[in-house]
Amino acid sequence: MGKTLAEKLWADHVVRSVTGEPELIYIDLHLIHEVTSAQAFDGLRLSNRKVRRPDLTIATEDHNTPTLNIDQPIADPISRLQVDTLRANCKEFGVRLHSLGDAEQGIVHVVGPQLGLTQPGMTIVCGDSHTSTHGAFGSLAFGIGTSEVEHVLATQTLPLIRPKTMAININGTLPDGVSAKDIILTIIAKIGTGGGQGFIIEYRGTTIESLSMEGRMTICNMSIEAGARAGLIAPDQKTFDYLQSKPHAPVGKDWDEARTYWETLVSDDDAQFDEEVYIQAEDLSPFVTWGTNPAQGAPLNSRVPVPAEISDAQERSAAEHSLIYMGLEPGVPLKSIKIDTVFLGSCTNGRIEDLRSAAEVLRDQRISSNLRMLVVPGSARVKLQAESEGLDQIFISAGAEWRSAGCSMCLGMNPDQLTVGERSASTSNRNFEGRQGKGGRTHLVSPVVAAATAIRGTLSSPADLLDFQREEN
Amino acid sequence: MEKFISHTGTGLPLRRSNVDTDQIIPAVYLKRVTKSGFEDGLFGAWRTDPEFVLNQPQFKSATILVAGMDFGTGSSREHAVWALQNYGFKAVISSRFADIFRGNSQKAGLLTVVLPQENVESIWRAIESDPTVPITVDLEAKTVSVDSLLFAFEIDDYTRWRLMAGLDDIGLTLNHIDEVVEFESKRASYKPKTLPARR
Repeated sequence: MGKTLAEKLWADHVVRSVTGEPELIYIDLHLIHEVTSAQAFDGLRLSNRKVRRPDLTIATEDHNTPTLNIDQPIADPISRLQVDTLRANCKEFGVRLHSLGDAEQGIVHVVGPQLGLTQPGMTIVCGDSHTSTHGAFGSLAFGIGTSEVEHVLATQTLPLIRPKTMAININGTLPDGVSAKDIILTIIAKIGTGGGQGFIIEYRGTTIESLSMEGRMTICNMSIEAGARAGLIAPDQKTFDYLQSKPHAPVGKDWDEARTYWETLVSDDDAQFDEEVYIQAEDLSPFVTWGTNPAQGAPLNSRVPVPAEISDAQERSAAEHSLIYMGLEPGVPLKSIKIDTVFLGSCTNGRIEDLRSAAEVLRDQRISSNLRMLVVPGSARVKLQAESEGLDQIFISAGAEWRSAGCSMCLGMNPDQLTVGERSASTSNRNFEGRQGKGGRTHLVSPVVAAATAIRGTLSSPADLLDFQREEN
Repeated sequence: MEKFISHTGTGLPLRRSNVDTDQIIPAVYLKRVTKSGFEDGLFGAWRTDPEFVLNQPQFKSATILVAGMDFGTGSSREHAVWALQNYGFKAVISSRFADIFRGNSQKAGLLTVVLPQENVESIWRAIESDPTVPITVDLEAKTVSVDSLLFAFEIDDYTRWRLMAGLDDIGLTLNHIDEVVEFESKRASYKPKTLPARR
């Protein structure tokens, strides 16, 4: 019987395998940021251990970094301490760090791919659950906790039990205005926040093949919201083309050898997945969340659910809780929900293509006077690229704020937060209670829905703008 | 890491599913650079509600958290485990845990016990009718007992052994470092390195 891609990647990284114990898996790349690393470095110091492979480790500052006045010291003393601690640790242990102000600084999951450090066939870990993003290149990438960060720093390995495999097959042509974000939000609503638990998900099918690398990263990024630690996509010509010009891509003979290996990284035709899910692209439409977990979502054209109509008792009670927190009446059209803040950014949708698609909607338009819009590029390099294309000017003339790179309002560890009761349409990945600021209410959306919502002031897709312009005239 | 063989304490009934790690410890509390002192932030937002179960005096000294399905989803922050431990929790019972949270717990010595949802409901009812009812989580016997109720749970032998012995994973791996060296010697030369920086 053939092997799935996940099984091949796993087999290629087993250092030690003994019956009755987890397998010891080699880690090719360890990404680090300020929030989940301090206690791990401390652990090394206490045990007199070194970073075993600083040459397979890279750090950046993202969660705490401000998106305004980045040339000045970080104002919040606790955030500053955390960032300073990372700087001191990287210096002491010889780890490469891209600090605030550096062209390669940014969200760790945007930085890895843009440097070409994320390549097919690798194992990649980071103390951040959205590490699954890197699976878009055909690598096995997953988030870890701080104890595991320390373990990887000390040994460059992790003891792990092999997850099961799930194939999510998406075939067909996406309708206009439907993007990678709508695909993954639909998947999460379909299988639930625990549906992928214990699995590595492989996204396959003609729709996935048609997506750009950025779109594929958006999908793999949110695997964790479906409960799966890792999501991946087989590499193809698009993957190779994306990589070829990147600083850390192999060159010459190394490129040829790598390419030969990468081409083997597909699930064999006769491989068996433990579970399979099928989705038809033509059935999809712009999709948004209405609740406080990422599976509480619905097509934008539909209504807020009526909890009394939900048969499952746990789901019903969760929906009741969510609607109270979200301040929503059952049964109202999603498109009637008024938004106070639009956030475009994050490791889910802060890459250049995301900014381009939102800018296309906002070109020569003004955002509603009832809301604010924050545009936060995923990395300093994405920011530079966007500025070279004039996207910043489109956002600024539309009335949006053009900020510097970082995680920003996705989780509000920096000053970019919602206030109590404030409602956002956000291209990020989590609509948990208080995620974007205490008492804040989050609707997860795609970049084009974010842009259209900014113009109309209520949750909207670009298709709604045509009607809107007619109403205005 | 502290050994975990068996623990007896009282329970906290948290009747909510999908308790994500942002609820267990909100992001604003993640800025500390130590592993201690997170107890103040445990369920930070919910604790501002006087009705919240952890604010009720009869549950204040609970050491076993009994939660709804899909506990610990979301962010990988191990601070969630530290916050529970700092507060005094020794074990969490749920019908399903998020993978990363469960892994983090097992590294840090917080026992996560998976029981079918109907057993969780029985334990909730037992605690709610008598908050002082002693609950014993016995890792050696792989059982949870509450009054006359006895439930068996599964855990893989390796994790059980490691938790009972209180062993540090890194030390265990370093015993096999020669195998890591051997693996590295065969690693493909085209795989990228972060040093030296090429840009």
